[in-house]
Amino acid sequence: MITMHWLYLLAGAMFAVFALLSALDRSHSKRFGNAAFWGLMALSLLAGDLIGDFGNGLLVLGLAGLAGFGFIGRSYPPTTSVEERQGWSEKLGNKLFLPALIIPVTALVGTLIYNYTPLGGAGWIEAKRETYVFLALGVLLALGTIFVWLKPPAIAPFQEGRRLIDAIGWAAVLPQMLAALGVLFAAAGVGDAIGALSRMVIPEGNVFLTVVIFGLGMAIFTMVMGNAFAAFPVMAAATGVPLLIQHYHGDPAVIGAIGMLAGFCGTLMTPMAANFNLVPAALLELKDQYGVIRAQVATALPLLVVNILLIYLLAFR
Amino acid sequence: MIDYWPLIGILLVVIGFALKFNPMLVVTVSAIVTGLIAGMGPVEVVSTFGKAFNDNRIIAIVWIVLPVIGLLERYGLQQRAAALIRKMKGATVGRLLLFYLIYRQATSAIGLQSTAGHPQTVRPLVAPMALAAAEQQHGELSDDEAESVKAYAAATDNVGLFFGEDIFIAIGSIVLIQQILSTYGYNLSPLHLALWAIPTAICAFLIHGARLLLFDRRFARRGR
Repeated sequence: MITMHWLYLLAGAMFAVFALLSALDRSHSKRFGNAAFWGLMALSLLAGDLIGDFGNGLLVLGLAGLAGFGFIGRSYPPTTSVEERQGWSEKLGNKLFLPALIIPVTALVGTLIYNYTPLGGAGWIEAKRETYVFLALGVLLALGTIFVWLKPPAIAPFQEGRRLIDAIGWAAVLPQMLAALGVLFAAAGVGDAIGALSRMVIPEGNVFLTVVIFGLGMAIFTMVMGNAFAAFPVMAAATGVPLLIQHYHGDPAVIGAIGMLAGFCGTLMTPMAANFNLVPAALLELKDQYGVIRAQVATALPLLVVNILLIYLLAFR
Repeated sequence: MIDYWPLIGILLVVIGFALKFNPMLVVTVSAIVTGLIAGMGPVEVVSTFGKAFNDNRIIAIVWIVLPVIGLLERYGLQQRAAALIRKMKGATVGRLLLFYLIYRQATSAIGLQSTAGHPQTVRPLVAPMALAAAEQQHGELSDDEAESVKAYAAATDNVGLFFGEDIFIAIGSIVLIQQILSTYGYNLSPLHLALWAIPTAICAFLIHGARLLLFDRRFARRGR
């Protein structure tokens, strides 16, 4: 069976090559910092299950220290100039889109075939992970196609990949750090404290205000945790279930489904949701790391109001 | 008696982000402080943090697309995406992103949310296309204008994903809602929950879609 472990090895090998190329890059003033940083990522992906929890903890501290104290920086591996790219673009025409589409199409078609035809019944891929496996397959197919067609230097995919990962920098690792932080928050009882706070501000007997507190609480707690999944159990226990469902007899399906979506409005407005908000800012090389959030607030706030109204109107029909 | 001390960890994060300290350090300090407040020893804190990091390695998988994206950029993919848009009469940044919003919501709603995304589609295709459309509308863009076009491209991907994926019954959030509510004795089918995600999906489309078309007017007004 193809498991996530295969994909961790693939990604780990890629980061290992990034680390090696960083170390060899004499033009890079922080080359050993970058080499150590991507080397630790490679170690995590290749051997995270072998080095123990404490070993992984030290690895994470190493990543944080390298990033936090400025030991890593952008790199400028050899690539083509803007003029050369313009030339290639005109020469190759729209055929250039085909390899770019191989990845999404392979992921899309593969997932559909795996789930909706007998081919998937054999269970040769780890459950619920088929899209990732087809994503990786798409990457390999696209690389193969590009090599056959355009014959780039053998090292080019790694140098180009390093150019992009160094442009993203530590933001590439932050989402995983935040997920780990959420686990510690949960262990320390942050959820219980937030739930108790939200109960303190709710007036007795007012369904509408209770809905408002529930919706706002989902959004605000999601902003704090960076993740609506962490907020939902807390707000359900604090107000959703005891007050809205049991006391005021609201429809649990509406309160659950739309309550979660109220949390998603919070996700649009917080740097804690790094992979949605900070990573794209780095990936698109925005000057303002909060630029994506700024573009989202005017969608998120009205939509939060709409969600609160929808809960009130649909759950208490 | 509820213990409010763990909230210090949150306070540290909020202050750290507000003062723009390096987020990697902010998160690490907050995690260690929170763990110590929870009564863990130093070794236990580091181990818990490390285990959780290791358990979430799936997040790192998406970076395997970078060598392909970088290689295609080497051969002018972004320039090609821009050239394609320049050939289309009537292509505007707002309409282009509106089309992507529909695509992203629709594919996410059928469980294909991992097939598009910021590394896979926004950087190589959507953002350069949006920039080319905006340039066509009103000539050379200032840095700030280019910045906001790119930010809108990323924002549109997020909105489409968030308010499409919950219509799909096998997504993590639906499973989570179902599991949490079942512990209180409410047994709901995933389909039932997913149906109630549709009203919000429609409203998200209307609100963000309207903003995209307004975004267009901003360029048209200032242009030429």
